[in-house]
Amino acid sequence: MSKKLVSMTVNGKKQERAVEPRTLLVHFLREELNLTGAHIGCETSHCGACTVDIDGQSVKSCTHLAVQCEGADVLTVEGLTGLTQGGVLHAVQEGFYKEHGLQCGFCTPGMLVRAYRLLIDNPNPTEAEIRAGISGNLCRCTGYQNIVKAIQYAAAKLQQTEKVAA
Amino acid sequence: MIPPAFDYHAPKTVGEAIALLGSLGSDAKLLAGGHSLLPMMKLRFAQPAHLIDINRIPELRGICEDGADVVIGAMTSENALIDSAILRARVPLLAEAPKLIADPQVRNRGTIGGDIAHGDPANDHPALSIAVDASFTLEGPKGRRVVAAEDFFLGTYMTALADDEMLVSIRVPGFAPGTGWAYEKLKRKTGDWATAGAAVVLRMAGGQVTHARIALTNVAPQALRAQAAEQALIGQPLTDASINAAAAAAMAITDPAEDLRGDREYKTAMTGQMLKRAIRAAAARAA
Repeated sequence: MSKKLVSMTVNGKKQERAVEPRTLLVHFLREELNLTGAHIGCETSHCGACTVDIDGQSVKSCTHLAVQCEGADVLTVEGLTGLTQGGVLHAVQEGFYKEHGLQCGFCTPGMLVRAYRLLIDNPNPTEAEIRAGISGNLCRCTGYQNIVKAIQYAAAKLQQTEKVAA
Repeated sequence: MIPPAFDYHAPKTVGEAIALLGSLGSDAKLLAGGHSLLPMMKLRFAQPAHLIDINRIPELRGICEDGADVVIGAMTSENALIDSAILRARVPLLAEAPKLIADPQVRNRGTIGGDIAHGDPANDHPALSIAVDASFTLEGPKGRRVVAAEDFFLGTYMTALADDEMLVSIRVPGFAPGTGWAYEKLKRKTGDWATAGAAVVLRMAGGQVTHARIALTNVAPQALRAQAAEQALIGQPLTDASINAAAAAAMAITDPAEDLRGDREYKTAMTGQMLKRAIRAAAARAA
């Protein structure tokens, strides 16, 4: 089983590695690139702790092969601050901080990356739309109430920023 | 959990994929969305020596109209079905029902063709395909053939698909004006498979049911068409009595596997409940 050369952009930076075809994206990110933000939770695509953004879509990186990312643009939680000016917290991160959107923190990287995409797809979601939007991310501390508030905070902040920019 | 080692192939056309299937034989599996196959490989329920990734074949994706029919590429994702204006207008059941499948991330990867070709009775598209009278276009080294959804599902993980064939598209007749439709799925939580599910497509005229197609999810080794339940409705006004008769006819053909979702008696009872709800919801949409 020969290794395959794969090149992709991760958090804006070009990465090229030879990988075994069976290498899962989450292992590639954590072990090859030392990006340990995406967590390995259930490993069966239920919990969402491994969620990353691939070419503008939320994907569970435990159920995706690294070789499938040839030419792809991947964003992990580590890349969120790179999207803001001067490396300050992204609005979704600020929201989780201000609204106490985490307890143990294990699900948080997946929640943040999912919330980031959700608010691009739907900038002004209702509470029901937020809950449906994060239905693929489990928080075993069951801290959903504050996670929803955190995403609402981020939605308001992003809308305000947009207004100021306009 | 890491899958067992395999060789990876990423063909760019259907022809290349079929040539690979032919030369690699039964040691090869097609990789669609991967959300059934990769977990099975992690658990060593599947150990293919070769994976043929069909995600890079553009001709397998997309939804288009062809006369009175809608043609859906096998690699069209669940979220693309949900977002499709064509499906919402022509076959709304197939735009609405995928919202009950898995979760937003999984729906970005999971495909209608993978859901069908996997042959898992717990998947939702088999019953949906039967209810909308879909036909599947299969392609192999000898060319293309078309199989009706109703004749495709033979048992758990068993379908009419030969080892060297792949599902390329799903053809669905557009709904006639006034068609009512519904899919009712009992599940314990987001992302769960159905404890029992029922898909209904019906039309009414002059207060009577003139057309009914009914199919059931996850209550037998394969998706079931409930023809006796259809017959209990057709030619009748929709009453509690006719709905109860249809539910009884559907419950009579179930053969569910007992698991953590319930025993056989419970799943059969829930089949009746889901069908009653689906008939009422479909009738409410019928004009």
